Amino acid sequence: MTDLAPAVPPSVVPVRLPRGRGIASRLTAGLLRNPTGLLGLALVVAVVLVALFAAQLSPQDPIQQRIVARLRPPGYVSTNGITYLLGTDQYGRDILSRLIFGARVSLGLGFSVVILGAFIGVTMGLVAGLIGGIIETIIMRLVDALVSVPFLIVAVAVIAVFGPGLQQLIILLTMFVWGQFARLVRGDVLSVKEKEYIEAAFAIGASRFRVAWRHVLPNVISPVIVLATFSVAQLIVAEGALSFLGLGVPPPTPTWGSMLSDGRGYIDSAWWVSLFPGLAITLTVVGVNFLGDALRDIFDPRQRL
Amino acid sequence: MVRFFVLRAIQLVVVMFVVSTLLFLLLRSSGDPVVLLAGEGADPQVVERIREAYGFNDPLYVQYWRFITAAMVGQFGDSIAARRDAMGLVLSRVPASAELVGAGFGMAVLISIPLGVTAAVRRGRISGILAQTVAFVGQSIPTFVLGLLLILLFAVQLGWFPPFGRGSLSQLVLPAVTLGTVLLAKTTRLVRSGMLEVLGSDYVRTARAKGLSERAVIWNHALRNALIPVVTVLGLDLSTLIGGTVIVETIFGWPGLGRQIVDAIFVRDYPVVQAAVFLIAIAVVLINTAVDLLYRILDPRVRVSA
Repeated sequence: MTDLAPAVPPSVVPVRLPRGRGIASRLTAGLLRNPTGLLGLALVVAVVLVALFAAQLSPQDPIQQRIVARLRPPGYVSTNGITYLLGTDQYGRDILSRLIFGARVSLGLGFSVVILGAFIGVTMGLVAGLIGGIIETIIMRLVDALVSVPFLIVAVAVIAVFGPGLQQLIILLTMFVWGQFARLVRGDVLSVKEKEYIEAAFAIGASRFRVAWRHVLPNVISPVIVLATFSVAQLIVAEGALSFLGLGVPPPTPTWGSMLSDGRGYIDSAWWVSLFPGLAITLTVVGVNFLGDALRDIFDPRQRL
Repeated sequence: MVRFFVLRAIQLVVVMFVVSTLLFLLLRSSGDPVVLLAGEGADPQVVERIREAYGFNDPLYVQYWRFITAAMVGQFGDSIAARRDAMGLVLSRVPASAELVGAGFGMAVLISIPLGVTAAVRRGRISGILAQTVAFVGQSIPTFVLGLLLILLFAVQLGWFPPFGRGSLSQLVLPAVTLGTVLLAKTTRLVRSGMLEVLGSDYVRTARAKGLSERAVIWNHALRNALIPVVTVLGLDLSTLIGGTVIVETIFGWPGLGRQIVDAIFVRDYPVVQAAVFLIAIAVVLINTAVDLLYRILDPRVRVSA
């Protein structure tokens, strides 16, 4: 029966197509053309470096209190010759050192929760999109419920019972972000699923897991990267908000949100206590958002995010 | 339409049931709820009295049933701190929060629409760039930072507005601006992209070809259609604003629901937290229903379905 196969006419000799450019080269080329994206990248890299080398960079111990030198303005030089570049807080702690260590909490939580949330969300989205049926309904209704309730209210209800703490914070923040990833990936899976190459993969006997991992995931991953970037910004703000309310990482760990909250009581006399952490959060968020905008332009020309 | 309301009413009951179940589970999952209610290291006699009075000696399903049936009519017991009905206390804070949310929401809507139109129509010119800058800054600055900056500038330095409290109109300005800015920024961007899309469409070209003034084309023909997706987002974000009151009311000492929840956590007044969370969940469902209705009115193409 082999003679039934149509002979390949000589004109259809495979044409060598230009090779698709990989993610890395698209990224570099795209960022180089995007000045705000570069600025964002520079800001993010700077904050990451500060967080990594906090112990080396910080001029003082961020926790040590010096009651004799409380609420000193920026540039204050103590009698034993220590310069407090950004002043001291209400316990005489060095604000610059606390800012530097605070970067660890903000970024550490932001990055670790985004990885966790993206992992859960992408898996759920793939499962919902590929399996469908009752499982899809359950997952997506759960996402709807999580997305529709104000995050701070859920956080408050949970922390009221369990008290503030790092563990509670990670769980809550993960709950807050995974649904967005699940929604995004499921939507993309639904459209990718109809493509011929997926049908082809199934036809040659690939398992569902293999199709999801090798054929679907690579085609939905770039919007996930963009969403992950914006999520880091959201998470930094959410963590800051909870710390500001006194519901985040407990003291004496310095966090930007709790520093801001400390400064609230002294805002009419010692503006620097709250202004500098506020600037730190805002600049970091601006940097991450700039980077996210650039990544979206590169990866997601249809602008769905 | 009747079907729509019936389905929504059922949905509301389901949400009330789910939320109260979650609240019940949450309180139990922390271990002994009596210790939570009485506080660590409370007198054992007091603990025992609370256990008896609140019925914590009954089987769990009895407790659950009692909790659910009471929750459905808004009964979460007495506030531990104030020794008054928790829901009553929570409801007494609603007007202050509603005032704040209404003012913040109104400000966001009233400013974002002209700002978004400007950003789209005057793209590349100074006014357009300015409008986009406002949107970007508003989107990037966290609420709690903005609130403190506004206090620092307008209350401490310039003395234009009081930094704390509620009562006069001038006390409303700073908290409302703080609460509404995120929404303002987001809506401006949406209106802008919606306008850009609509301005390239056939019916806008037709309207222009008929010789209508540019003003009429933009405000009557284009904007109406550009606003349809905006309404959905505004509705969804109204619930985010309700969450934002927790922060804004804490910063500005605003005597509303948000601050009440935070205060209640610190004195471990769990019935108040439960009542407030329950009430907010209901409010979110009702808001979403209202948004759906509005959506149908604005866009007759949407078929009535729930």
